[in-house]
Amino acid sequence: MYAQMVKSTGNAVKSLDEMTPQEAAFQARIDAGEKIEPKDWMPDGYRLTLMRQIGQHAHSEIVGQLPEGNWITRAPTLERKAILLAKVQDEAGHGLYLYCAAETLGVSRDELLEELHSGRMKYSSIFNYPTLNWADIGAVGWLVDGAAIMNQVPLQRCSYGPYSRAMVRICKEESFHQRQGYDIMMKMVNGSGAQRAMAQDALNRFWYPSLMMFGPSDKDSVHSAQSMAWKIKIDTNDGLRQKFVDQTAPQAAYLGLTIPDENVKLNEETGHYDYSDPDWSEFFNVLKGNGPCNKERLGARVKAWEDGAWVRDGLMANAAKKSAKIAAE
Amino acid sequence: MTNEMPLWEVFIRGQHGLNHRHVGSLHAADAEMALLHARDVYTRRNEGVSIWVVKSADITATSPGDKGPMFEPSNDKVYRHPTFFDIPDDVGAM
Repeated sequence: MYAQMVKSTGNAVKSLDEMTPQEAAFQARIDAGEKIEPKDWMPDGYRLTLMRQIGQHAHSEIVGQLPEGNWITRAPTLERKAILLAKVQDEAGHGLYLYCAAETLGVSRDELLEELHSGRMKYSSIFNYPTLNWADIGAVGWLVDGAAIMNQVPLQRCSYGPYSRAMVRICKEESFHQRQGYDIMMKMVNGSGAQRAMAQDALNRFWYPSLMMFGPSDKDSVHSAQSMAWKIKIDTNDGLRQKFVDQTAPQAAYLGLTIPDENVKLNEETGHYDYSDPDWSEFFNVLKGNGPCNKERLGARVKAWEDGAWVRDGLMANAAKKSAKIAAE
Repeated sequence: MTNEMPLWEVFIRGQHGLNHRHVGSLHAADAEMALLHARDVYTRRNEGVSIWVVKSADITATSPGDKGPMFEPSNDKVYRHPTFFDIPDDVGAM
């Protein structure tokens, strides 16, 4: 997902007997559905796992601006340009809400950015794929934001107050993103033969990378088990992926587009769509930094940060000068 | 790294005359910039008619450890609630 394969403690979930009284009291609060707030006591593992997860989620939001930003100057009409600008601006806002949530855990935003820029922290694998034609912007809104919503809606109920509140805000804004993407797709499939072909091509390239967003099957992962016990991960990766396929297959059919997987069909017995798993070796390779756009994406982030340094310094110098003047008066 | 912009808390009053409500935080060099950023980040969809910003460092808060002594004394003062008093039905709405 936006946060993929977040490492937790690496240990099996402790039973209540194995916990210290403090840990047991903490787990009881979570089990009772209470929200944990920044100044409350929390196990180190909970704090660290959340920092990784929220940080990775935040990084995904801001790196996610890049593939779409690529098309702002190339959008086919002024209206589409305005819509895309608004969407990309929303993503910056989402990144900001999430960095602020992470900061309540005791890490600064600059520290998180440093972790991203040095490659120690990751962002979602999906943003390492290029947006080659205008229909890709439709596919990104429809599929990528669609997958994001699927993950983020349950996270509104997560146990950490600031993260849960950030998710509430983000989910409110996110549905515009998916709908604008689907709207582009509808326009394309109702256009010329060449435009329909572009729409199909975009779906072909974004289908499997979208399925990868949920991460590999986590049914045996100790990290996932711990995160689910702490209610900072609500659903399994496979569960969310299935939900996504079930939701998306009829939407593709409505567009008259073919999902590039002949196994996608409704299974009468289960009531769910069957589908093929993506190529997980490709996923791990992209995570390792070998996707089509990893270098370009990270390079763009680092350059923006470094090129903006003089502006940030100037603003701080100006603020210091002003407050010194006020103090002198 | 040492020159990180300070954190500000943002409070917004919505359309309907309610209190300013905490909506989130942001980084800005000074108050003026914090207001502008708050406008851009937290009122993109008409969420507010007024914004307050205050430096996070200037907020004094209760700590979780004080929860008992701070808030529990009100538990045994049930007579502060109207439901404490039995008023006969014959009296009518009160």
